[in-house]
Amino acid sequence: MYSQALNAPTPLADTSPEATRFQERIDAEERIEPNDWMPEAYRRTLVRQISQHAHSEIVGMLPEGNWITRAPSLKRKAALLAKVQDEGGHGLYLYAAAETLGVSREELVDQLLSGRAKYSSIFNYPTLTWADIGAIGWLVDGAAIMNQIPLCRCSYGPYARAMIRVCKEESFHQRQGYEIMLTLCRGTAEQKAMAQDALNRWWWPCLMMFGPPDSQSSHSDTSMRWKIKRFTNDALRQKFVDATVPQGHYLGLTFPDPDLRFEDGHWRFGAIDWEEFRRVLAGDGPCNRERLAARRQAHADGAWVREAARAHAAKQRAKAA
Amino acid sequence: MTASPAPEAPIPLWEVFLRARNGLAHKHVGSVHAVDATLALQAARDVYTRRGEGLSIWVVPSAAIVASDPADKETLFEPTGSKIYRHPTFYEVPDDVGHM
Repeated sequence: MYSQALNAPTPLADTSPEATRFQERIDAEERIEPNDWMPEAYRRTLVRQISQHAHSEIVGMLPEGNWITRAPSLKRKAALLAKVQDEGGHGLYLYAAAETLGVSREELVDQLLSGRAKYSSIFNYPTLTWADIGAIGWLVDGAAIMNQIPLCRCSYGPYARAMIRVCKEESFHQRQGYEIMLTLCRGTAEQKAMAQDALNRWWWPCLMMFGPPDSQSSHSDTSMRWKIKRFTNDALRQKFVDATVPQGHYLGLTFPDPDLRFEDGHWRFGAIDWEEFRRVLAGDGPCNRERLAARRQAHADGAWVREAARAHAAKQRAKAA
Repeated sequence: MTASPAPEAPIPLWEVFLRARNGLAHKHVGSVHAVDATLALQAARDVYTRRGEGLSIWVVPSAAIVASDPADKETLFEPTGSKIYRHPTFYEVPDDVGHM
């Protein structure tokens, strides 16, 4: 669904002939493939970014999974089920891409379950009403698409290929979310109020999804030089706001930002509460503990299945021998 | 934070190839982890064909793939660069002869 901007220290410049050649390949828009030479820092940055992205997809299944059994109709339920299944699939494409860099799946899963890995701050907010499912599809997936489209041209081949697949599937997510919002906004006053309440709660956390402002983002330069990142956090955030505000107005909703105004062709927004962002990212959001507990529980509950599959495979091999 | 249990033994990796429709070759689409071929096919079906992407799946143990070394790229592929006489455009045919 989305990769949180990283907070990696800027690595020292590598001036070896391999590094120079590597940068020339990047500058020439050549893709880097798993067995090619790459600077250690490039590898580390990618492992961290791709695995955080994968974790976000997997944890992102939880807030929406919360509403599968309570969806208001069979149509909505089938769509939500398909969407949550997609998020699981996206997590798996991304884990596989990270593994091409030499890290094992077990290590990655362990990093998430032990609480060492980060994932997108947005999934630490609760889904209180059905309208939140609409707001997540429209806003969270909308923000994710904004972030992910440039990643389809990322310099690392396996990541770029995974993102192309993800982006193709993601557009259904955003449209189904907007349709939920539209239906609520055309419904009773109570339903419209529900949609407004969801927008009020999700708007600011969605703007935080793009990561810290460029002025405070230490990793941006290196990632841009390596063409892992193509646009800065602030540029993508502005693009998202410009695209989303008119969609909200069409719904007849208002944005929870008194400073929001149209100026020089852009929708300018008020100050973001970065303190809240840091708090949630550091593990102190409304649902951090619940999310990790749910992942650990799921992993523990699946242990017997993995064990049975291993035992069955061993038995079949022994029989065949 | 509670410590998680020790990591389990790794589950083997498989490469997944899909034939989008008859007439096309199977194309690499990604990888899955599975303990055996049956489960690898099942996982590949679940992960890579949610929207009618294919009519046929191959799964191949990743460890069974032998790949060329990127360091050998020049030795392997450079020699063909100078053999332009292998391409039809190397040969001149007068316009009067027509399409050939």
